[in-house]
Amino acid sequence: MTSRSSQAGNPSLELLMRGVWRDNPVFVMVLGMCPVLAVSNSVINALAMGLATLFVLVASGALISMVRHLIPKQVRIATFIVIIATFVTVVDYTIQAISLDLYNALGAFIQLIVVNCIILGQAESFASQNKLLPSIINGLGMGSGFTIALVCIGAVRELLGNGSLLGFDLLGPQFQPWVIMILPPGGFFVLGGWLLLFAWLRERKGEVRIISGGCGGH
Amino acid sequence: MGTESLTSIFLNAVLANNFVLAMFLGLCPFLGVSGKLSTAFPMGLATALVMLISSLCAYALNLILVQFDMEYLRLISYIAVIASAVQLVEMVMKKFSPALFRSLGIYLPLITTNCAILGLALFQTFREYNFAQSVTFSLGGGLGFTLAIVLMAALREKLDLVNVPTVTQGAALSLILGGLLSLAFMGFAGLGGGVG
Repeated sequence: MTSRSSQAGNPSLELLMRGVWRDNPVFVMVLGMCPVLAVSNSVINALAMGLATLFVLVASGALISMVRHLIPKQVRIATFIVIIATFVTVVDYTIQAISLDLYNALGAFIQLIVVNCIILGQAESFASQNKLLPSIINGLGMGSGFTIALVCIGAVRELLGNGSLLGFDLLGPQFQPWVIMILPPGGFFVLGGWLLLFAWLRERKGEVRIISGGCGGH
Repeated sequence: MGTESLTSIFLNAVLANNFVLAMFLGLCPFLGVSGKLSTAFPMGLATALVMLISSLCAYALNLILVQFDMEYLRLISYIAVIASAVQLVEMVMKKFSPALFRSLGIYLPLITTNCAILGLALFQTFREYNFAQSVTFSLGGGLGFTLAIVLMAALREKLDLVNVPTVTQGAALSLILGGLLSLAFMGFAGLGGGVG
């Protein structure tokens, strides 16, 4: 992962960072919410889901960028979906072969990567108009941003709801788990909380206003 | 799993395991189209209709795929069927109710990437539902989706009139609201008997 910045110059690095930070698909653009909330109840699940999505983003972006001149404009969406579905099937069978426990924990959400709007959005707005290398870098950036966001949410939910992180008990036996955090409502609350934090930070950085303290102190 | 009663499947899909609020399927329209009650309700109904059609098609398709040992094509064929079903609904709606067609605008094609629909098709396959169970499941799922999006739209219309701090405006507030709704729907747990 560290070598990817060396393969290209400054514009590529900027493209990469755009997906990771400035246009983060989850925290800034609020896309692909279903898997974000559904599988982020532990760090392991979140990480696996993030990496699976990263792979599909990069692979489908690369393929679509390579065949972009062959696809007729009228059927491009259908073509994109079939290409994406192919890679998702690959991921689905791979995870099933590597770890059946993980496969069962993620359930139908691996196959639902097909309808993740981040991937189709990237195919339509970036990969179908750009060369191979930028498409791969854009996919890497978006995928990493998605993975980081998922892990951030998963860490909070696992720590509060289970008192552990990556399966290791952190808070000791006297900790009363806040069970609601690993249940469905917790997903909404934790993502809402992260969005609030970022909105607050942006507001503080953007314009120094007197009310910023009052708003953040909710 | 294949022997669940129809009532239990229906109640689970509508309330206890609501597609949006408990299973996190179809959150994009839930957050995106829930700004106004007047568009949220038709959107819910159109989604429910596509759900029913694609559930029926997926059921028939799965029979064929199992017959020929081609389960690995399941995902690709399901998504193709859903895309065609959305196209069909769009054409029918344009012909018979142009007003509704115009009011939904670009949201109609977006139903294709609504994961509630693909999720419904996948779940009914995994749980090995028979024909009647599949139909009940898709009706319940559609009703549950409509219920969730209409409740959300009604809440957000009220919220427009309230003075909230600027940082909380937008997606953050919608998510917290969704969390509260989800919390309320947890009260229905166990209603359908057994976990779905």
